[in-house]
Amino acid sequence: MSDKLDQGTTSLYGPVNDWATDFDHADPEYNPNAHEIWADLRATCPVAHSDRYGGTWLPVTHADVSRIAYDTENFSSRSVVVSTAEILAEAPIGGAPPISSDPPFHHHARRLLLPPFAPKQIDPWEHDVRALCHQLIDEMADTDVVDAAVQYAQHIPVNVIARMLGFPLEDADLFRGFVHDVLEGVNKAPGVREAAFERLDAYLERQIQDHIDNPREDLTSFLMNTTIFDQPLSPEHVRGSIVLLLLAGIDTTWSAIGSSIWHLASTPGDLARLGADPDLWPTAIEEFLRVYAPVTMARMVAKDHDFNGCPMKVDDWVLLPFPAANLDPAEFDRADEVLIDREVNRHSAFGLGIHRCLGSNLARLEVRVAVETFVERFPEFELADPGTVRWSVGQIRGPRELPVRVLRRA
Amino acid sequence: MRLTIDSDKCQGHNRCYALAPELFDVDDYGSALVIGDGTVPPELVAKARLAIANCPEFAIAEAGD
Ligand code: HEM
Ligand code: SF4
Repeated sequence: MSDKLDQGTTSLYGPVNDWATDFDHADPEYNPNAHEIWADLRATCPVAHSDRYGGTWLPVTHADVSRIAYDTENFSSRSVVVSTAEILAEAPIGGAPPISSDPPFHHHARRLLLPPFAPKQIDPWEHDVRALCHQLIDEMADTDVVDAAVQYAQHIPVNVIARMLGFPLEDADLFRGFVHDVLEGVNKAPGVREAAFERLDAYLERQIQDHIDNPREDLTSFLMNTTIFDQPLSPEHVRGSIVLLLLAGIDTTWSAIGSSIWHLASTPGDLARLGADPDLWPTAIEEFLRVYAPVTMARMVAKDHDFNGCPMKVDDWVLLPFPAANLDPAEFDRADEVLIDREVNRHSAFGLGIHRCLGSNLARLEVRVAVETFVERFPEFELADPGTVRWSVGQIRGPRELPVRVLRRA
Repeated sequence: MRLTIDSDKCQGHNRCYALAPELFDVDDYGSALVIGDGTVPPELVAKARLAIANCPEFAIAEAGD
């Protein structure tokens, strides 16, 4: 195995034997089997615990996940990625505002960024996203088998966010490397994660300098020049928010596009129905977001307290699996079925409460246009071989390799 | 039927605006507003109920609820 792959799959802790008492969200078996693991836990142990990472809880019901998301007193966002690294950033600002921030600071850091991601600013991107999707398909060789994750899904969000931030498009591989280090490389020996953050920091330093030398209008310049409480943002705040914008939208969106295509490749009935009745797209996309919600967040316990009989202690980790909440039969009718015409779908793929995904309008646009365009160009396709699909490791769940056989081209 | 939005609960998921742009608008921060005084014409009642049922934050209500 190459070093690069190995970094993502070797856990400091070794394989998991029991998901209720020793789970590890970064075990390579977790994501491919997540739906079964959550269903088992929901029936037997709705708040699982593991000693890994210094102590981690895993609630799997909708009621518990939403209660924690809304309870910013007992649960801090100081770090939202469960890892072996020591968390140095302090509440209420954290290392990557606003995702790492708690009230009252959170409100101000978030409000700054809401206007550029509001629907009226995002909708005009549709044309460019569509052109990019067509271009990616044009560039695929005329082979029977194409990789919908590697050749398609992974490029779409990287391209858009690089343009929004004013970063070189040629650095896309570098960005995916950072995403891998930060979100997949969570259970490494001490020092490995810290070194990855230093590489990321050095890169940002260069980009910020480039924006000073060559001023231009983009989100990076906006963050460098805006104010909070009538003061410029601190350099740490500027860097933290840029890191967040760079990383939060990449593998999340890439996963949502990939999982939707994975579903259609394995469910010919749904693919044919969407081809025959395009009016189903809006409900179908929301249903894919519900069932294959890619993002599990985390919180750190802020005060010792009892949660449903669980003795939670300060600085314990709590995973917040919005995808598990979305599959809870107590909240959704026929929760384990994928119904592409589901009209009532109050899912929480983009979170709940004050941290609602700031990029959700952009993410929905990218997912909808990417999946629609793929189906428009390839009206029939199937998994080339289910055994060759490779799923991500860690809190963001989606296919990283997805070879599909194209059966018909438009 | 008349709709109201609880602006403390609304987090800007924009499900309402996507489902019923005849009834909802969004401000520059991405938070939802009812159009006019929120009165729903009879032919849009079904859409209004769909928006209520899809708001993840339970922020939309029928006035008088
Ligand atoms: C399908 C794709 C995506 C999904 C499923 C997703 C999901 C989420 C979730 C669940 C949260 C809540 C975090 C928490 O509760 O701690 C979140 C926050 C956030 N997301 Fe996304 N996201 C996606 C794409 C994007 C994109 C494209 C961007 C923008 C570039 C983005 C930017 C953010 C930011 C800035 C936050 C922090 C908001 C805050 O803390 O106030 N996301 N996302
Ligand atoms: S769906 Fe609910 S939370 Fe979302 S914008 Fe509408 S009212 Fe606000």
